[in-house]
Amino acid sequence: MPALDRDDVAHLARLSRLQLSDAELDHFGEQLDVILSAVARVAEVAADDVPPTTHAVPVVNVTRPDVIVACLPREDVLAGAPAAEDDRFRVPRILDEEEQ
Amino acid sequence: MSDLTLLGAAETAAVVAGGDVSAREVATAHLDRIEQTDEVVHAFLHVDRDLTLTQADAVDQARADGSPLGPLAGVPLALKDVFTMKGAPTTCGSKILQGWRPPYDATVVERLSAGGVVVLGKTNMDEFAMGSSTENSAYGVTRNPWNLSRIPGGSSGGSSAAVAARQAPLAIGTDTGGSIRQPAAVTGIVGVKPTYGGVSRYGLVAFSSSLDQGGPLARSVLDAALLHEVMAGHDPKDATSINAPVPPVVAAARGELGGVEGMKVGVVSQLQGEGYQPGVQARFDETVALLTSLGAEVVEVSCPSFEYALPAYYLISPSECSSNLARFDGMRYGLRDGDNGENGVEQVMAITRATGFGPEVKRRIMLGTYALSAGYYDAYYGQAQKVRTLIRRDFEAAYAKVDVLVSPTTPTVAFPIGERADDPIAMYKADLATLPSSLYGGPAMSLPAGLGDDNLPVGVQLMAAVQRDEQVYRVGAALETALEERWGGPLLDQIPELVLGAST
Amino acid sequence: MTATTSEPLLTFEDAIATFDPVMGFEVHVELNTLTKMFCGCPTEFGAPPNTQVCPVCLGLPGALPVVNEKAVESAIRIGLALGCSIAEWSRFARKNYFYPDMPKDFQTSQYDEPIAVNGALAIVVPTEDGPRPVTVGIERAHMEEDTGKILHVGGATGRIHGADYSLIDYNRAGVPLIEIVTKPIEVEPALAPAVARAYVTELRELIVALGVSDAHMHQGSMRVDANVSLKPRGRVELGTRTETKNVNSIRSVERAVRFEIQRQAAVLQAGETIIQETRHFHESDGSTTSGRIKEEAEDYRYFPEPDLTPIVPESAWIERLRATLPEPPLKRRARIREEWGISEHEMQSLINAGALELVQQTVALGADSADARKWWTGEIARISNERGLDVAALPITPQDVHRIIMLTIEGSLNDKLARQVIEGVLAGEGNPDEVVVSRDLAVVSDDGALLEAIDTALAQQPDVAEKIRGGKVQAAGAIVGAVMQSTGGMADAARVRELILERVGDSLG
Repeated sequence: MPALDRDDVAHLARLSRLQLSDAELDHFGEQLDVILSAVARVAEVAADDVPPTTHAVPVVNVTRPDVIVACLPREDVLAGAPAAEDDRFRVPRILDEEEQ
Repeated sequence: MSDLTLLGAAETAAVVAGGDVSAREVATAHLDRIEQTDEVVHAFLHVDRDLTLTQADAVDQARADGSPLGPLAGVPLALKDVFTMKGAPTTCGSKILQGWRPPYDATVVERLSAGGVVVLGKTNMDEFAMGSSTENSAYGVTRNPWNLSRIPGGSSGGSSAAVAARQAPLAIGTDTGGSIRQPAAVTGIVGVKPTYGGVSRYGLVAFSSSLDQGGPLARSVLDAALLHEVMAGHDPKDATSINAPVPPVVAAARGELGGVEGMKVGVVSQLQGEGYQPGVQARFDETVALLTSLGAEVVEVSCPSFEYALPAYYLISPSECSSNLARFDGMRYGLRDGDNGENGVEQVMAITRATGFGPEVKRRIMLGTYALSAGYYDAYYGQAQKVRTLIRRDFEAAYAKVDVLVSPTTPTVAFPIGERADDPIAMYKADLATLPSSLYGGPAMSLPAGLGDDNLPVGVQLMAAVQRDEQVYRVGAALETALEERWGGPLLDQIPELVLGAST
Repeated sequence: MTATTSEPLLTFEDAIATFDPVMGFEVHVELNTLTKMFCGCPTEFGAPPNTQVCPVCLGLPGALPVVNEKAVESAIRIGLALGCSIAEWSRFARKNYFYPDMPKDFQTSQYDEPIAVNGALAIVVPTEDGPRPVTVGIERAHMEEDTGKILHVGGATGRIHGADYSLIDYNRAGVPLIEIVTKPIEVEPALAPAVARAYVTELRELIVALGVSDAHMHQGSMRVDANVSLKPRGRVELGTRTETKNVNSIRSVERAVRFEIQRQAAVLQAGETIIQETRHFHESDGSTTSGRIKEEAEDYRYFPEPDLTPIVPESAWIERLRATLPEPPLKRRARIREEWGISEHEMQSLINAGALELVQQTVALGADSADARKWWTGEIARISNERGLDVAALPITPQDVHRIIMLTIEGSLNDKLARQVIEGVLAGEGNPDEVVVSRDLAVVSDDGALLEAIDTALAQQPDVAEKIRGGKVQAAGAIVGAVMQSTGGMADAARVRELILERVGDSLG
């Protein structure tokens, strides 16, 4: 199924938010192709009647009561921030994307 | 008292509890050993003498006050740098988290602290636990104390090397596809992946959430069990944590549940033979023969779906990782790169991630992004989840007939540093035998089985059914006794003295 | 940024003469649980930035979510109240996309296994020919988490375009949301905007009655995205739709739908095609403008959330929750109509004014329903229209209105003064008593002062005085008017009338 071209890899890199050079795109492209060909073997297992397993140990309905727990002190919240201003996280301008 | 770094965890706890030595003396001996040896081994990313001694002093104070001491009080431990701990950085071996100091403790760290275990520092690892050699760390490779030109296994290579080099009697690692067991095997120590859900993942920086599991590394089965018991147990902060008593692993390790006589042991046909080094196969065969001589009934078991474990694993774990690692975007903590006032947020995220992540992490993120994409989900991720069901069925069928399954832990002894660095598929094969029980979720142990090719350690893997962790300890303890009798002492006694100041 | 209204529009009548509109609504309701969806941080609105966060809702490495049981119960109750089936097996999924207001860069939501599916909401739509019952199909209701709040800094307007950078407060991140999605709604074209309004009104009333959210649209605790598409009359397949985001009042929903019908009709009429996009609604002129164009189908790479377990509700639990459901709104309204003795038409105007609950709350405080209705749908509704806000969004409470009514009954206020008190309360001058004091609005209740004014008026209008003495009691109105004028309206007219009659009677001996 695979055989990724440069555009496919560039699309994956964009979806993954990784700014890669052309050389990197080519190198990763080749490696991803090899890996994908290897892992595509999972398709060999005829498994229409097999349910998927998503949890190693099946447990259901794990919840917590609606009870308030102490929050972090704000200085701890912002301590690791690359940039902060007015008690908020400062981030670069948001371009060409959906306004929330 | 002679060299305190030669003592195991159980013995250390006993001498501290008995007042023969203080926890401070024990901690100091190990801190000194780290100072002397870590230049060549490079097991640690962060050691803080003051923080360590503060913890040790608290144990000494508790003892002086007559407060009850935990079974491992005063025992030093090396913590994989994938668990959060207040007062120390957590990097996960990645540049993207450089300098990040988490404002909270992992549940495992809280339990260590409550039990009086003294954390010496944070150990090196493959970046975000992706790898089998610790070469993928952004902070340099860790060397195998048996042979400094070899890898210590991965991703918990810093933890395994620290225990093998007597820098710490205990270490904690995490195992997603074999990252505790394979490093334990190639450094000649004991490593256990508990049943998934047995140990809380709260504060364990996620690689693949449905597979990640913390567990002990130690120089004996009993020491591993003692740490297992301190770490494990239900945690309401982890929804996947099992709400049931911890299996009686310490009792099993002490032989209180009996030996292997009468137990049924299954040898997995698919996990031996072709692809396994002759030395590895030989030690494994000897171990199986030893089990028979100890009175176990050994049968061959076929698990045909195991051959799909590797492709399924390399779809499930990258998929989950692509989502888990999205949060490292340079907005709230860690590295930010490319924020020059011109670049928009999307670009700054992409530049930060390109700078902050190493090649293996990038590969897996893109692989996972691909596998989860709309048009491919069913063929890749969906199908891999079905394989997981088939593997579980193989295990369940096997455990209907036998108590434990055995295999070599890894196909080869420690390979040379650099040998597989840019060959992902070759690297991934180090996990061939450990992946099935990761996908199934059951407990598995790697136990030293002797020396193989190049006089390097070989591990044997013992696997049991979900929530039957005591079974691997029971068999492990019996085998350990018999093997050490044969060797005239622990395998680790045969480790060459470290050549200090001569790192290659 | 001002709205661009330059896009050509057809008149609504022309638009629906040729096209059939199809609508769909995605309504996000913020639950009023004490804590967030997946952690124990409080959800209270308006706290200082980044003070209601913890490792979990900040998405710190290593932190893990655990589901709030109360949020699941609220979701199930909403589902049951909407007539949905509650899924025997339901799961959370991760919706993966990068955005800085989302700490994990994925939203924990539900995808193909939502908690509630396949229900319906009965509504009543006011038409010229009287109320018309309509049933809106509910596709699903699912649980998810809210995002943080972004403040855009720099540029001219504090909006996204032209901003130099942004600041983020994550207090809202992780607050539980229920998203309620309708099936496509196709009704008689002329009714579409009214149906939109009636649906959102009805849904809001249901949510409030369930007590699961305060559902304040202006505060964002209930947010409506309106999907609209048109198809030429007679065509079966659906046209391309647009999604107008975050329409933040009930009347705006109606306006947004109407605008999109008119705009899309003009585009189609001109032989052009509708672009699938999100649009933003502008309160100022009722227009929508283009937001992001969805160039390629979104690829959110959904997969089951591995950190959470499936929700498998036992039937006993569901039945226990079913027993807590409030009276269905339609039934409840019928009962209230009876209690208050009002017509369906009067009920509709109460609902259209968005004032039913407010009136109810005022009545619950002890006011007469006629008085409560008079003020809420009269003066207060008039001001809300003037300001283009929902009545509920005005800073006046049922407590305030109740107090004003009481002051009127006591006679310390008359209607004219009461209107001034309302004005004062809305201007933020305090509660009614404070406004009365600060504006010096109490009616003149000193009989001496009133008698003085009456005597003056009687003296100025001797002919009127004569008529009253002659038994023409209704002539007293002229004197009442004169007294009201001379007291600046601050007299209780009824008391003035009484005093006039007494005065004239006295002089008759």
